[in-house]
Amino acid sequence: MSAYLRAFGRYVPERVVANAELAARLDRTAEWIENASGIRERRYAAADEDVVSMAVRAGLDCLQRAGVEPGSVGLLIVASGSGTSGFPGPAVSVAHALGLGSTPALDVPVASAGSVFALALAMRLTEAHGKVLVIASEKMSVLIGDDPNTAMLFGDGAGAVLVSTEPGGLRLVDAVLHSDGAYRDDLAFDGSLRMNGLNVILHASRKMPAVIDEVLQRNQMTAAQVGTFLLHQANLNLLTRVAKSVNVDRERVFTNIERYGNTSSASMLIAASEWAETNPVDGPVVFCAFGAGFHWGAVLAV
Amino acid sequence: MFFGALDSVWETEYVAESREETLRALIEKVAGKPAPEDADESLFESGLLDSFALPDLVSAIEHAFSIKVPDADLNPRKFDSIARIDAYLSSK
Repeated sequence: MSAYLRAFGRYVPERVVANAELAARLDRTAEWIENASGIRERRYAAADEDVVSMAVRAGLDCLQRAGVEPGSVGLLIVASGSGTSGFPGPAVSVAHALGLGSTPALDVPVASAGSVFALALAMRLTEAHGKVLVIASEKMSVLIGDDPNTAMLFGDGAGAVLVSTEPGGLRLVDAVLHSDGAYRDDLAFDGSLRMNGLNVILHASRKMPAVIDEVLQRNQMTAAQVGTFLLHQANLNLLTRVAKSVNVDRERVFTNIERYGNTSSASMLIAASEWAETNPVDGPVVFCAFGAGFHWGAVLAV
Repeated sequence: MFFGALDSVWETEYVAESREETLRALIEKVAGKPAPEDADESLFESGLLDSFALPDLVSAIEHAFSIKVPDADLNPRKFDSIARIDAYLSSK
């Protein structure tokens, strides 16, 4: 049975934090931040907004665009690296707020790559559960400290996608996922945010193109055949290198990092939502993300 | 803004008398600054290479020496100085 991408959705907080606002605190200039990351501004959630409330907004936006009532969702998957360190995770709170009753709600506590892992799960679980609502939501602004290299990057927001077996929209055909705990300390939050930038960028710049090639080769396709690449919006310099490595024009990689920064796991689905709203939803499309763990993966839709 | 430089770094053909000379030429191309005289000087601590220049340098090394650096060897310390890169290439 096939799985289809029925609709995307998103929510980003109202408060815009431009580079100039961060520059003084981080002892950097706004230009330095933009050159190092491609980011001009990001959004920060209000004090009364959290991972759950943003996830609910994105989920409702997605369901509305799909024309689907919350009650018909058969499984909810919520990805978040900033959701909570305790239990239960945010998924049950999101499900409760959406009025999903006893519908199963699964947490994927994976930063950055969480959305691609959740999408891969949804692709395979929709046959058993019906409509699967995937939401990735992050409130990164409360995790960052004064380290300019990480504080300049992150923003808050949530993205969503509805996956179902009912034909319509792009068809999900394959997913490749990888994890390697040898690098678990290179990007982590354990009370403070730590990033070994040299190692993270080195591995991301190699593993993202490699996993894209892997999912394409498994399906006898080449990057030249892909219409759009919807990637984790980690850093514009990284996205440029991924495009170069897979040998496609940079314009084929959709980007909105300049306006939202790196919203960790939420970024890929926020990007997908904006792409679907402003472009003809033609395939093939490749989703790809890399992040803390390391976890990385790619999903192919045609 | 970002693209033209990468093309020239990754695809330049290098003809040099020694591996160390080739490495200096690659580093200068990637960094846009002269390579250090001291082969043991850290390329990162000196500020010559940043986190985005490192993958460019690894790709340039692969192209120049017709090798593939496997994921298991993707350790910044292996590429932290001309001497370390030279030692790594000798081990291949």
